[in-house]
Amino acid sequence: MIRRRHLTVKDMFFSILKYVSLIIASLVALIPIAVVFFAAFKDSEEFKKTSALALPKSFFNFSNYIEAFIKGKMLTGFVNTVIIMGVSLAGVIFIGTMLAYVLHRFNFRFKNVILGAFLLATLIPGVTTQVATFQVINALGVYNTRFAPILLYMGTDIISIYIFLQFMDNISISMDEAAMIEGASYFTIYRKVILPLLKPAIATVVIIKGVGIYNDFYTPFLYMPNTKLNVLSTALFKFKGPYSAKWEVICACIMIVVIPTFLAFLFLQKYIYNGFTSGSVK
Amino acid sequence: MSIIATVKSKKVVDYKKQRQREKNITIITFTCIPLVLLILFSFIPLGSMFYYGLTSWNGTAPNKEFVGFQNYVTIFTKPEYFEVFKVSIYYFVGSFVQLALALYFATILTSGVRYQNLFKGFLFFPYLINGVAIGFIFLYCLKQGGTLDIILTKIGLGSLIQKWLGNAKIINYSMAGVSIWRYMGNNLIMFIGAIQSISDEIYEAAELDGASRWQQFKYIIMPSIKRIVQLNLLLAINGALAVFEIPYVMLQGANGSKTFVIQTIETAFQFKKVGLGSAMGIVLLMIVVVIAIIQNVFFKEEEAEMYD
Repeated sequence: MIRRRHLTVKDMFFSILKYVSLIIASLVALIPIAVVFFAAFKDSEEFKKTSALALPKSFFNFSNYIEAFIKGKMLTGFVNTVIIMGVSLAGVIFIGTMLAYVLHRFNFRFKNVILGAFLLATLIPGVTTQVATFQVINALGVYNTRFAPILLYMGTDIISIYIFLQFMDNISISMDEAAMIEGASYFTIYRKVILPLLKPAIATVVIIKGVGIYNDFYTPFLYMPNTKLNVLSTALFKFKGPYSAKWEVICACIMIVVIPTFLAFLFLQKYIYNGFTSGSVK
Repeated sequence: MSIIATVKSKKVVDYKKQRQREKNITIITFTCIPLVLLILFSFIPLGSMFYYGLTSWNGTAPNKEFVGFQNYVTIFTKPEYFEVFKVSIYYFVGSFVQLALALYFATILTSGVRYQNLFKGFLFFPYLINGVAIGFIFLYCLKQGGTLDIILTKIGLGSLIQKWLGNAKIINYSMAGVSIWRYMGNNLIMFIGAIQSISDEIYEAAELDGASRWQQFKYIIMPSIKRIVQLNLLLAINGALAVFEIPYVMLQGANGSKTFVIQTIETAFQFKKVGLGSAMGIVLLMIVVVIAIIQNVFFKEEEAEMYD
């Protein structure tokens, strides 16, 4: 009897410890974002006078958002981000699925050489070769155009090829054979059989790659200094010097960049968790 | 009878030939674009980096003067180039803290707590945020009189307040802290995924045998997720060497927060020393390759163990 009571006390202690640590960790994760969210709704007087932790007078004061959106040319940033992301993702998916199909289903002379070349390339970390990649981009004449990041996102993306190859293991070859008996060409098999069955893998790639492109800073920063080609990251970065005295406007701009991510997370939670767990394990 | 057979087999031969041709065309059309991109953006940069590293090229001049290993001598002898590697140590130690936290929270979030999805969401969300936004969020949080200082004062720890971003002795702790804040969620969901893939029956059996939660962690959870912990650890080492975004966005590498990658990018693009910058890239690449080799040896052993 006494023993049992002792156990429950101990259990309760651990249970409390569990929740307390979770709550503290959540606060640490959320407070830095919450205070920025609050500051974005404060006018400059209010911002100077009130504590960072204080709620704003009104959550309907959008003047900072409007100033950040217009002065920061955030619309241009959104447009460029969407164009670059859309084209790169489409490219990555087509290139990746086609290559995975050929490498997985056919036997040919240079197959192992190609596989080895892609494997070797995964060892080269992107940041280290920027100095020389820059010269390639320059020589191709795409420096300071949207093609620079698009080509780089497509060309240096080896992880997605691996995700597609991995997933091809699960697609039974009897599906191909059935189509072949019907007289389908290899292209038709790829287009009508393989591509639709790769949908879950495509979702994984879109999520991992999409988040990566949306958040990438150094590729657009190095390869597209032209202000008209700003993406969200580089547009936000430009606030650094001239606005350092107007934190409330910077905070609004931070929220403009974070809110789309938050909405995506809210609505695509399950896919995002799946994408990051399955994508990073392999 | 035999005529029909020959006609049939001729048809089969024709069909096979046609298929073979189609196969070759498919292989060529499906592989040429990715191969061209791979060569352009992985192998040409790699090759030219080795070459540039042996010259004193400035990035624009038509002639590249060959200087042998001079650039490498500079990197290893001038403290301003190699010393910055020390900054990686902060991030490296930070990544142990990060993995330990991720492991702890993954364990309790899979042990049946209330609102576990909400907590998981809170802890994971920072990982999805744009790096520039994170840099700004923490500039605001860590500036003098910023959020952190206010909170410390409120809970009576005002004496702990430091110049988080101004003091060169503290700056890298602050940066490593921001890095933990940003990346812990990624490790967390990978660990949660690994723990959840352990079958429930094993836990049930353990509970019947009277195993405590700690014993379950030690003898069930840890062995099953050992591989993924190792993988994360090795990724963390690579990550610690390649830190760029946060200290660059927040401080442009000022106050002693300069990392090797910031130094490389500055050398090559700001100071137009493409030769020296390339050599720095090669040094980093060599370190990463050595780590990758160690990693492979590590995992090979693991697989061999599995078949025993």
